[in-house]
Amino acid sequence: MFIAYFTEQPDSSFPQEIGDELGYTALLLPNKYFNAEAVSELYQLRLREYQRAEEVGFDGIMLNEHHNAPFCLQSKCNIFAAVLAAATDHVWIELLGNPLPVSDNPVRLAEEIGMLDLISKGRIISGFVRGGGTEQISTNANPAYNRERFVESHDLIVKTWMEPGPWRWEGNHFQMRVVNPWIRPLQKPHPRIWMPGVASKETVIFAAEHRYPFVALSTTFETTKKIWDLYDQTARAVGYEPGPETKGYELRVHVQDTEEKAIAAAQHYMWMQGEFTGVTHPVWHNPSGYGSPTWRRQFVEMANGRRKNVANVGKDVTIQDLMRAGNVIVGTPDQVIKGLKRVLDELRPGILNIWCNDGRISHETGMRCIELMGQEVLPVIRRYADELGLNSPFDIDAPVSLATTPQAELQPVGA
Amino acid sequence: MAVTEAPLEAPEQFVEVVGEKIHWLQSGSGDSLIVLHHDIGNPGWLPFYEQLAQRFTVTVPDFPGWGQSERPVWMRSVRDLAVELNLLFDQAGIEEAVLVGLGFGGWVAAEMATMNQLRCKRLVLVGATGLQPPEGEILDQFLYAHMDYVKMGFHDSDNFHRVYGEEPATEQLMDWDVHREMTARIAWKPYLFSQTLPHLLPGLTTPALIVWGEDDRIVPRSCGERYRDALPNSRLEVIEGAGHFVEMEKPDELSRMVLDFVGA
Repeated sequence: MFIAYFTEQPDSSFPQEIGDELGYTALLLPNKYFNAEAVSELYQLRLREYQRAEEVGFDGIMLNEHHNAPFCLQSKCNIFAAVLAAATDHVWIELLGNPLPVSDNPVRLAEEIGMLDLISKGRIISGFVRGGGTEQISTNANPAYNRERFVESHDLIVKTWMEPGPWRWEGNHFQMRVVNPWIRPLQKPHPRIWMPGVASKETVIFAAEHRYPFVALSTTFETTKKIWDLYDQTARAVGYEPGPETKGYELRVHVQDTEEKAIAAAQHYMWMQGEFTGVTHPVWHNPSGYGSPTWRRQFVEMANGRRKNVANVGKDVTIQDLMRAGNVIVGTPDQVIKGLKRVLDELRPGILNIWCNDGRISHETGMRCIELMGQEVLPVIRRYADELGLNSPFDIDAPVSLATTPQAELQPVGA
Repeated sequence: MAVTEAPLEAPEQFVEVVGEKIHWLQSGSGDSLIVLHHDIGNPGWLPFYEQLAQRFTVTVPDFPGWGQSERPVWMRSVRDLAVELNLLFDQAGIEEAVLVGLGFGGWVAAEMATMNQLRCKRLVLVGATGLQPPEGEILDQFLYAHMDYVKMGFHDSDNFHRVYGEEPATEQLMDWDVHREMTARIAWKPYLFSQTLPHLLPGLTTPALIVWGEDDRIVPRSCGERYRDALPNSRLEVIEGAGHFVEMEKPDELSRMVLDFVGA
């Protein structure tokens, strides 16, 4: 079992009343409300929390990237990864991930991640994402080519890591006349690639076809099981038997000494109406061409106010409602252990990303959560995962990809 | 004549160019007049077309990727679109035509004219995109719900409802989404204008009429002034009581203006 610590790095200094007044907390929320002094301090606190997470025994620190919104202060996950590469010692730095379509230079990304891998002495897990819908707008990346750019950028980055240069790339969306970066990653054949996602079938299939672990982000148990079915079916079709090492799950877990304290802190998970990419207009959240065409009807109904926005949990939903569903776990160490055991029983992941702190949870409260997690929860969960045979890719030294799996080991179903 | 409640009918046809199926509506008789539609697509045979069809053979193609025309997955620019339409009209044997471009279609018309001035007997640009406005910005539809964007193109919301009904069907919303996606595919960046077109327009001596709705909230009138200044043989007219979709709000005034301009 691989267990990572995660926080969205929320900007707790953001004036919530402005968001309530405007009805959105992303993309167009005026940045005149940005408080530079407060955010500078928040970065220092986050760094101390990450260092503590390493000390108490987390295997990894998950970082992410979002733009134009106070719910996440990481506008470039590689920057905080660089900080952690120097400020931590042995913890894995799990980038979930670099949004490929919004960058016009995949070779530059390959170099950046290569540098991170070298500075951290080979501790990078390189997740790739499509970027949120609103981010296509905030970075001016064409939503209609999001999927194509994602795939081509991925292919170019992996080739840059794997194939010695110089060579040339004349692709559909990217053209590079000389690919020959001096910097190459320390890990061989290349850093592990994990694919986080929510409900996009195309991404699940892409991950399974490449033998990359898929990390389901806070999806319900029911949805997650459907994702696993699709993943497994795809994996078997290309010739390998997918185990728990291919399944990652991210969920909100907050632990405190008393249930009362834990629930009080966990209210902060709901600070954006429970919506973890901020409150947006559905039309920003899913610009035309970004989503799967099979969802067009549902999307236009949401965008034009004829259907509830599925991306928005809504003001009426409470933290208790989410806790009942089982994929948000809050309480004392014993309560949290019980909840996490249920997650392991139900979903059987080999990778667990635990989203401990969010919203305006104070540094002190956040630190206590990290400590209790490390001292009381993680040892029990690790033992339980071992009993269930929930191995991570590291535990069994799984191949980093299908392309690097020996051909003789592959047995495609129906072949 | 008042704005008709429902779109009128016109014979439709499918033609093939560069291996792609293109759909068009065609009616009337006489010399050719081609109408190039907005980014939101063509809602049907509009009264404006019918009025022009009294004096012209009016052809209204669905752009490749819009309406019932096949999506050209290779297409990357509005100039590509203009080339394909020029090839389409070459193939159809339309040697001379009045080009009437509406909004985004105005940009397409201007591009087509710069490539084949001999075919373009007269050029009419109505609320045309294609040039960076010296003042203001072209409204970014990607920030607005489909219906809100279309409504913003009307001066009077009653006119929106006359054309699209009280509550446009979900199918209409989906069509707008497909058209918006196609707009992104070919005109995302820079958004709805060309950085090279202004340098080509001075070579266009074809007489040009530029028309703007007085209350156009989609494309600033400064674009119209820029077209007027760049095109050596042009003038700019403003129609009151109209937004961006002048042909749907003021079809009589616009058709009269066009027919006067072409000397019909």
